[in-house]
Amino acid sequence: MKKKLFTRNALGALAVGLVAAGSSLVATLSPTWAGESEIFHPMMVTRTGPFASAASGVSSGQQDYFALVNMNGGIDGTKIRWEECDFGYKTPRALECYERYRGDWKIVYPNSTPAIFALAERLNTDEVLGINIAGGRSESSDGETFPFLSPVMLNFWSQAASTIRYIAELEGGEANLAGKKIAFIHIDNAYGRQPFPIFDALAEMYGFEWKSWPLGWPALEQSAAWVEIARRYHADWAIQWNYGQSCNVPMTEMKKVGFPLEKFIGTLWCGSEEDILPAGDLAKGYISANYHGVGKEFPVIQEIIEQVYGAEKGNIEEDRVGTVAYNRGVLTGIIIVEAFRNAIEEYGLPLDGRKVRDGFRMIKLDDARLAELGATGLLPPLAFSPTYHGGIDPQLFQQWDGEKWETISDWIPPYEDVVKSQIEKASAEYRAQTQQQ
Amino acid sequence: MMVEECFPATRLKKDMALLPRRIDKLMMIAVLVVALALPPFLGDYWLKGVMIPMLILSISALGLNIVTGFAGLISLGQGAFMAVGAFTGVIAYGRYGIPIPLTLLIAGAMAAAVGAVVGAPSLRIKGLYLLVATLAAQFIILWVIQRVPWIGAGSMVTINTPPVFIAGLHIDEALEQYYFALCVAALLTVFALNLTRSRVGRAWMAIREQDVAASVMGVSMLRYKLMAFMISAFYGGIAGAMVVFAWVGAASVQEYDLDLSIQLLGMIIIGGLGSVLGSYLGAIFVALFPIAISIAMHNIYAISGGDIVSAATLANAEHLLFGALIVFFLIVEPLGLSHLWHRFSGSVEAKLSRFPTTNQTPTRRRPM
Repeated sequence: MKKKLFTRNALGALAVGLVAAGSSLVATLSPTWAGESEIFHPMMVTRTGPFASAASGVSSGQQDYFALVNMNGGIDGTKIRWEECDFGYKTPRALECYERYRGDWKIVYPNSTPAIFALAERLNTDEVLGINIAGGRSESSDGETFPFLSPVMLNFWSQAASTIRYIAELEGGEANLAGKKIAFIHIDNAYGRQPFPIFDALAEMYGFEWKSWPLGWPALEQSAAWVEIARRYHADWAIQWNYGQSCNVPMTEMKKVGFPLEKFIGTLWCGSEEDILPAGDLAKGYISANYHGVGKEFPVIQEIIEQVYGAEKGNIEEDRVGTVAYNRGVLTGIIIVEAFRNAIEEYGLPLDGRKVRDGFRMIKLDDARLAELGATGLLPPLAFSPTYHGGIDPQLFQQWDGEKWETISDWIPPYEDVVKSQIEKASAEYRAQTQQQ
Repeated sequence: MMVEECFPATRLKKDMALLPRRIDKLMMIAVLVVALALPPFLGDYWLKGVMIPMLILSISALGLNIVTGFAGLISLGQGAFMAVGAFTGVIAYGRYGIPIPLTLLIAGAMAAAVGAVVGAPSLRIKGLYLLVATLAAQFIILWVIQRVPWIGAGSMVTINTPPVFIAGLHIDEALEQYYFALCVAALLTVFALNLTRSRVGRAWMAIREQDVAASVMGVSMLRYKLMAFMISAFYGGIAGAMVVFAWVGAASVQEYDLDLSIQLLGMIIIGGLGSVLGSYLGAIFVALFPIAISIAMHNIYAISGGDIVSAATLANAEHLLFGALIVFFLIVEPLGLSHLWHRFSGSVEAKLSRFPTTNQTPTRRRPM
């Protein structure tokens, strides 16, 4: 008898739960009303899971910039209203988030390469631009083949090429690269293998030698690789293409095998504070690439601190303002707002995905415009077009001084021809794949 | 002849029916009616965001349930079998233009062939050791997909599919994709129901309960263990191909990682090991509840205006609540949600029937 009662209670609870869940689903499905003078902008964010520590800074940086724009009267009077959908860096949930706000999307920035790949087809059908800055599909620089995808800045191939150019500069010119050995230690997945074609092409051009040391995810054990790099291969330079926690493992290993830290360069995805702090003093002097300026000394970030945090309207703990992840958010915010602004000027309200995409293609961030926005040095000059969706850009190099990043180089451009020919090749492959049989 | 004497033909026929109990038949009809009639009234969000992924995950979970739930061989490789199916599918259809129905079969067959290799260690090891062997397969399969140039997954390990046509019909609307997935799921479910009540199904259950005893009784280990793995992988392969053709539109290796395999194992444990129904209930649970909680949290946030709790706190609350729900259901019913249904329906059936039957729910020991 007692057991039966338990069953009934459980079933009752199940029923109540389902009804509650169902009704809340229905409640959300009622259309979201966007006022005349307002842009409703849903955002995919990662606030939970293993990648949340850095990703949350990127989301909040964008929101703080939107808040700043809103406080100063919006985009010619139009305010941005954003809403978050947390997908925790899980691709199926990103698809669900996309469907949840389908029809409301203006521009989609999941900050996850796997998610942007899975979303690509829907974005194309619905005519909404998907961006993934310094990541995503490298060949989506080609705006003709990928009308609704963009890497915005620095696709993976530009990152690889610019890093080699920086090494050449330190060696005193490309001529001195001949005969040098470059060890490439990387996560053994799609992301980690992106530089291969670029390294191959450049090695042939400049006569250096390179070798890959692939690491299985999560790549926290790298000692064997470093023994080989330092003692057997006798590498002149080492480049790391790790991610998250694995970024700081080389510092310890290099110390053990005696590989000089100044001959070691990290990818821009190993260039945020969160990546480096666990290595402590061992990381002092570590050089990594980056696609934007670091610190709080940009007028736009100062304005955010004064106005947004001054009014206690900030979207993250104030001590994270000015971190690498946060600055990435602010510059993304700038690009999104510029796309909105262009779209409004061209088409007027209300906006949709296609109008914003066209607005994005009209973006011309020259030195004068960057100065107006208070973002000089935060990002390099950018200009997009219907055929070029960005991605061939220079990198900055930065050094960790034990407490913060210091920018130590000018903007170092990639080898444009090499990157371009790779983009053309990959775009042609994509067109062949998706062609109707 | 002996059987005929002990059990009159009618009774045997009844016991061997696809769904032996009246209430199961009623439920099946109700589910089918809802599954066929409701979707046109649901928006794209429900179909593309919830129902289609749920159906596809159910197919894969059903396959995993065959090897783990029925045959008692634990596998952590189902995600990788889905990857095999996805890439086989996209190559067969995209590169060679093989029609979709045939492509699905090829995707399943390729996964089954890989499954036979992965299942081979099960002849010598079981339990946690087998778990580790299948775990290795999970990694090796994904590694191979990334490395073999012929597969042509490119540097991003993603292959896109051309527009999907079945018999001249362009499948691109959510509703079409849903019915396509439903059709495949229904066929595979009937096949699974038939299998599990046949000689094969009984052989699997014998292996699950005590493989030495089964072997002594003449059940061929080689044949039935490998068959379980192959059929399980076959389901996984078809589910993987369905991900490409009815849901995502591309085969991308990142989607089939270990997380997915663990999630599928979680589904069948919550849903009910050794139960076709349980595979569906588990998939529904895992696919629906986190989303429902997330939306409920979002509404709380919208109502409270963001002053009381931050969006980040609520996002984390989703995971806490979902974890708590799993614990709750496993305490209420350790044998899974399907057993909950059997207990409930058993009592209803007893009331409906003038001649109370004995509870026909087989009492199962949990494998492992």
